[in-house]
Amino acid sequence: MQKIAYYPGCTMKTTAKNFEDSAIAVFKKLGIELVEIPRWNCCGTVYSLTSDDLMHHLAPIRNLIRVKEMGCDKVVTFCSMCYNTLKQSNLRFQQNEEERQKINDFMYREELNYEGDVEIVQALEFLRDSVGFKKIAEKVKNPLNGLKVAPYYGCLLLRPKEASIDNPEDPSIVEDLIKSLGAEPVDFPYKNECCMSYLTVNHKDIVAERTFNIIKSAGKFGADMILTSCPLCEYNLDARQREALEKFPDHLSMPVLYFTQLMAMALGLDDKDIRFDLNYIKPDDKLIKSNI
Amino acid sequence: MKIKIPLEKKTKFREKIEELSGENLFACYQCGRCSGGCPGASQMDMLPNQVMRYIYLGAEEEVLNSKTIWVCASCYMCTQRCPKGVNLTKVMEAARQMYLRKNQDYFSPDNIPQKDREELPTIAMVSCLRKMSS
Repeated sequence: MQKIAYYPGCTMKTTAKNFEDSAIAVFKKLGIELVEIPRWNCCGTVYSLTSDDLMHHLAPIRNLIRVKEMGCDKVVTFCSMCYNTLKQSNLRFQQNEEERQKINDFMYREELNYEGDVEIVQALEFLRDSVGFKKIAEKVKNPLNGLKVAPYYGCLLLRPKEASIDNPEDPSIVEDLIKSLGAEPVDFPYKNECCMSYLTVNHKDIVAERTFNIIKSAGKFGADMILTSCPLCEYNLDARQREALEKFPDHLSMPVLYFTQLMAMALGLDDKDIRFDLNYIKPDDKLIKSNI
Repeated sequence: MKIKIPLEKKTKFREKIEELSGENLFACYQCGRCSGGCPGASQMDMLPNQVMRYIYLGAEEEVLNSKTIWVCASCYMCTQRCPKGVNLTKVMEAARQMYLRKNQDYFSPDNIPQKDREELPTIAMVSCLRKMSS
């Protein structure tokens, strides 16, 4: 079985446990073992944008040191925010020699001097480039024929463009994955727009309105469900439907799944691997069963 | 709105933002594509292109007390769309940092109700407090 270093990040271990469980099971089914990085720490969730703030790049870079300590030079991550933070910090580290020195100096107690030579790969990229959607299609046990799925990229898989996993304005990677599972991708105008992210903490109302608009649009284009790769997008689009319904009584609820959950359905994995128990809006039984 | 700006202050605020963001404010020619693409624009009291102009004019108080810089969730859409290659995401962050570096929080952990703390994903709380507290 092929092995690859895996960075989970904080939320995959807590509210997005369904993301992690389905991810591990799906990768195992594809013959890949995700080996968790020992002693990993939170990446900080957001990339520090100011020119003089080096301190906040220590957390992501320290995780890359752990990857090197495992003897690896490639790490897979699922969460869009982790991916973006690790990727951008690594790019900045690679491009600026003076900062590289300072960051290493900060972490003088680490045994290893990091050189910027770890490749950060988002799981969707890994599926496209290292596994291949063709191979995934061959492994499908229950083709999801007739299921209409709206891919929701959000912001951090695609922007900024130097950290993008696909064309930032016209991506197709999730659509290709959906097709390989036998389902039908639904294009809708909000697919690469932000869900307003962490404003869910101090402005539930703004996020609820955003969620209402995103889901309404996906529904208008015929989607049965929305697919995401970010635990924060998932929470906002899924759990915030509660507030969306309070604010907009005509809101029609729609399930929001992680791409690994949809893959687990198609690959014929058990309920314990798919873990709909942690999704706020449960996918309709008929919708699921008619496709399995 | 009429704003009077002393010349000295005008330069200082813009220069500080330029230093923190690493961006050239003069590159902006006010086409407004940033505001056109911004998913938070409807909730803002000052559109992203207006923020650029206000900083250019040195209107420190107006920018730092605007709702806009806190509605911005750093989604990079403005940066992606800017025909002049200005990274507005960094400019917004610089403005937030100028506020926070006065040793004040815009939003502090104490403001999160216990019930929400139990339900919110870790990722939401960490990112919110990274962006909004000093």
